[in-house]
Amino acid sequence: KLQQCVWWCGCVCVTCVYAFVCAYLLICTYICVCNSRKDVITVTPWLAPVVWEGTFHTTLIDAIYKMQNITVATTVFALGKYVQFLKDFLESAEKHYMQGYRVHYYIFTDQPEAVPTVTLGASRSLTTLKIPSSNRWQEITLRRMERLEKLIETQLSNEVDYIFSLDVDTKFYGHWGVETLGDIVAVIHPGYYSTPRDDFPYERRSESQAYIPYGKGDFYYGGAVIGGRVEKVHKLAKTCRMQLDVDKANSIEAAWQEESHLNKYFLYNKPTKILSPEYLWQDTKYITPDIKIIRFSQVIKNYAKVRPNP
Amino acid sequence: MGTMKSLLIVYMFVFVYSCVSSLNNLISLCLCLGLANSRKDVVTVTPWLAPIVWEGTFDTNILDATYKPQNITVANTVFAVGKYVQFLKDYLESAEQYFMLGYRVHYYIFTDQPEAVPTVTLGADRRITTLKIPGSNRWQEITLRRMEMIMNLIETQLVNEADYIFCLDVDTKFYGHWGAESLSRLVAAVHFGFYSASREHFTYERRPESQAYIPYGEGDYYYGGAMIGGLVREVYKVTKTCHLWLNMDKANSIEAVWQEESHLNKYFLYNKPTKLLSPEYLWNGPYQNNEVKMIRYSHVWKDVSKVRPN
Repeated sequence: KLQQCVWWCGCVCVTCVYAFVCAYLLICTYICVCNSRKDVITVTPWLAPVVWEGTFHTTLIDAIYKMQNITVATTVFALGKYVQFLKDFLESAEKHYMQGYRVHYYIFTDQPEAVPTVTLGASRSLTTLKIPSSNRWQEITLRRMERLEKLIETQLSNEVDYIFSLDVDTKFYGHWGVETLGDIVAVIHPGYYSTPRDDFPYERRSESQAYIPYGKGDFYYGGAVIGGRVEKVHKLAKTCRMQLDVDKANSIEAAWQEESHLNKYFLYNKPTKILSPEYLWQDTKYITPDIKIIRFSQVIKNYAKVRPNP
Repeated sequence: MGTMKSLLIVYMFVFVYSCVSSLNNLISLCLCLGLANSRKDVVTVTPWLAPIVWEGTFDTNILDATYKPQNITVANTVFAVGKYVQFLKDYLESAEQYFMLGYRVHYYIFTDQPEAVPTVTLGADRRITTLKIPGSNRWQEITLRRMEMIMNLIETQLVNEADYIFCLDVDTKFYGHWGAESLSRLVAAVHFGFYSASREHFTYERRPESQAYIPYGEGDYYYGGAMIGGLVREVYKVTKTCHLWLNMDKANSIEAVWQEESHLNKYFLYNKPTKLLSPEYLWNGPYQNNEVKMIRYSHVWKDVSKVRPN
């Protein structure tokens, strides 16, 4: 009889504790008004949202932008052997990038005939722009700002609302929508988002226009993604281009070329929206628990095989 | 006895499993990988990626560094009709202590008794314009005409004079810093009484006959009518639309349950604000609670029978 009693008591105690734990969690989940992502930064100290999976509702944001009938320009540079990346880039973009919106791709290339024929969705078009080759990859990357600046000046300012300038040696793996739109949009470089600022590979030589002293800096932004309203991106491209010209005149090349200049620009002209590393990953990287989805990633490539020079 | 024992053992297994999975959730809630929010206890960004401004989410220095060089002018409108003129002194004096310090501020005081506007020492680059308007013997009438008056002010004066505008209630006082963190294209404040309530409890207008009607199941937040802010041209759209709706309701002999606040909530549901201010920016009363770490702006206690005309 005593044993029976003890078992029953045990049962009751267990039930009570269980009920208490459940109730506590229920309270935390439903009544508390909480962020869906507590493990990551979702807003910067200058109140720019940082876009992660779980921080936005696609339906709500689509409702805002669909009404505005926007056009999004998307530029890529595919020179030399980099043309091989175009097919995957475009095909994956047609699956995941800005679905349901008017998109105009601008492909800068030295081999227009190598641009693959990719089936584009409705309201989506492609323009190929021929530019000269180079036998230095650093040269190619350094001229991008100038080309972007000129493209916006000559063609885009009346035709397009937003622009994204993306690297071509990449692929889309997941949804990339209008949650990424803002006045000036930058992406956190996947290699440095939990690194302390003094370890950021900023340009540290004061002779360069891209110089950022130790102790300064918010994030290390990736050069593979620049976005925003056309007039804002024009200002960014123009400023970076001018700074690149000054460096060239002084015979100095920043540590990470235009990425260094971009980081300098974003330090003093804060982005109004920041994309998490979900929007710029690297296929070679190990995926950490806070990355719930990879949307856009730099593909594995053999540098020796694709670059014109080491 | 044997059945009970085996039942209890099964029960124990279920219990242990659910404990472990709940603990897992709790751990992932608490664990910070990389950067993390400074405020984990509140929502800091809406599902359409508008930041919600709380103490601890922003750095005043960074924001000032962005806005001060833009040489902006901020208009501040209040309505002080009938006995409400008594609130002007505290309102203006506290604003001179806390509201947009270091920026050019232009107060516009709509009143039926211009002589009753107190003389308040204003800081540098700050001034007051008094605008005479007719009184009324119905407080609902006064509140309903505000939209029209602000719309006219913007049309005739502000569109050339000011960049941002805040339309505030006069029976209030500033108690803490209100600065550039509040600036954005379209700004609304979350009503202190409803920020942790579920949307069915929001006091939206529920009669379909009114233009302010919001059906059950819809709604993001309940916004306070005492605060509308943003770029002059955006707030103009708010006031114009709400004025139109208020007129339509008047023609149909219906008055929304919370007058212009109801219409404002309808507007903000379909025209999402680009920034939300937490209840720190629109409080009521001297007490605080766990999430609201500081009160910046609050309604003052008033004996409604003594101040309202009806």
